[in-house]
Amino acid sequence: MARGARRGKHWYGDGLPYLKTGPLPGHLIVIEGTDGVGRSTQIELLRPWLELEGYAVSNTGWTRSPLLSDTINEAKAGHELTVVTFSLLYAADFADRLEHQIIPALRAGFIVIADRYMYTAFARNTVMGADPHWTRQLFGCALMPDLVLYLEIDVDGLVPRVVQGKGMDYWESGMHLALGNDIFESFQRYQRRLIEEYNVLAREFAFVSIDARRSIDAIQGELREHVAAYLAGARRAPSSLGSDQTANHRVRRRG
Amino acid sequence: MIRVRGRPSALTEPHPYPGRLITVEGIDGSGKSTQLLLLDRWLTARGFPVRFTEWNSSRLVRRAVKRGKKKDLLTPTTFSLLHAVDFADRLTYQIVPPLKAGMIVLADRYVYTAFSRDVARGVHPAWVRAVYSFAPRPDLALYFRVPIEVSLDRLLGGRAKLKYHEAGMDLGLAPDPAQSFRIFQSRVLDIYDRLAEEFELRVIDATGDIPTQQKVVRRMVQEVLRGYARPPAVGRGNGARG
Repeated sequence: MARGARRGKHWYGDGLPYLKTGPLPGHLIVIEGTDGVGRSTQIELLRPWLELEGYAVSNTGWTRSPLLSDTINEAKAGHELTVVTFSLLYAADFADRLEHQIIPALRAGFIVIADRYMYTAFARNTVMGADPHWTRQLFGCALMPDLVLYLEIDVDGLVPRVVQGKGMDYWESGMHLALGNDIFESFQRYQRRLIEEYNVLAREFAFVSIDARRSIDAIQGELREHVAAYLAGARRAPSSLGSDQTANHRVRRRG
Repeated sequence: MIRVRGRPSALTEPHPYPGRLITVEGIDGSGKSTQLLLLDRWLTARGFPVRFTEWNSSRLVRRAVKRGKKKDLLTPTTFSLLHAVDFADRLTYQIVPPLKAGMIVLADRYVYTAFSRDVARGVHPAWVRAVYSFAPRPDLALYFRVPIEVSLDRLLGGRAKLKYHEAGMDLGLAPDPAQSFRIFQSRVLDIYDRLAEEFELRVIDATGDIPTQQKVVRRMVQEVLRGYARPPAVGRGNGARG
């Protein structure tokens, strides 16, 4: 089995007790990494490749739920929310996509590529000062991904990418944290702390780290290798997906 | 990995603010809002600085809740989280600042509504408690206890139709709204009874007449106001004349 991959689907916490998911033969692949590291570019390249390989692919992205994306954008425009309120909004967005996009696609045997997952909330909330334990409890309803690919970069590598790309954004620079008036310095400080958190999570949750300081093609090549290795492993050892979640859950809890 | 139980929450210890937080709970049609209104009148007439706040009333998520309800997009989890967003927003702006300023905050429904309704919809009891673990504990949490049939009579007497979510129609328990209401609200009622023990809610027999209940409520509120010091600048007649 590929590094970082797990067999069988299970919940992160208590899951969704009212939901009978049935078997989930699809694959949940998460791409994580900080703002501007190139996640969406890589996902755009992964999808057609997987489709050529014969896999049906479904995409889902952070704050993109039909239920809440407008509300989140409005809230950001107003700059009026506390970290607790924001966390709850993001959790609601996540839950909506989980139940209406991710689980149905997994049930239908799709590969779901998630642009960011709960780890983004874990990292951001910690930097923003929310209780990390509380954030994790919020996402107790989440399904654990089969594979987490982490685009790893340092701040020095990130800055030129962002400056030459779409520029520094108010939120991605952590200006709401009032780390300073200078957006450039604020960006560096905020992203440095965020990346530190991601790196801690990468060890805890066994992410597959990919050096994102390289060219788009080099990164894509490595992503494909990991995805291919995971899929080959999944084909060799088809697990009883979804049929025994409570048992998986209990085993994991004991550890 | 994650521990869901046994973590201290703000709900288990008294809040540090000089104000007072009084909350009412009960199934729909229990008469709790009427009782809270009468309490508000009484406190205001006596010159207390009162702030009223209501469940699911912030501007922030109104559109999402409305859209979700209309299109039946809400699942038990998103329903629960949207209400938590609303609560967190009201806590930030409508509950904590008045409490810090020494005011009396009256809340029509509080976290116990989520603990009963959302669990009746199927979310995990430990999860929803964790979600709301940042909520301060009320100084007085009243629970208006009423049998299903009494509340159903009151609701049907007042307006022609039961609300979709109030009747738990989203759960597909029964095709008839009144029947669905009975099943869903019975679950809610059972859970409230257990919450009353767990969180020491003060139970009020809500089948009695309105003035009698209000007398009980006022007596309980008086107990809670013992030792309460009115903030100088807010109370009426406290001389802005200098």
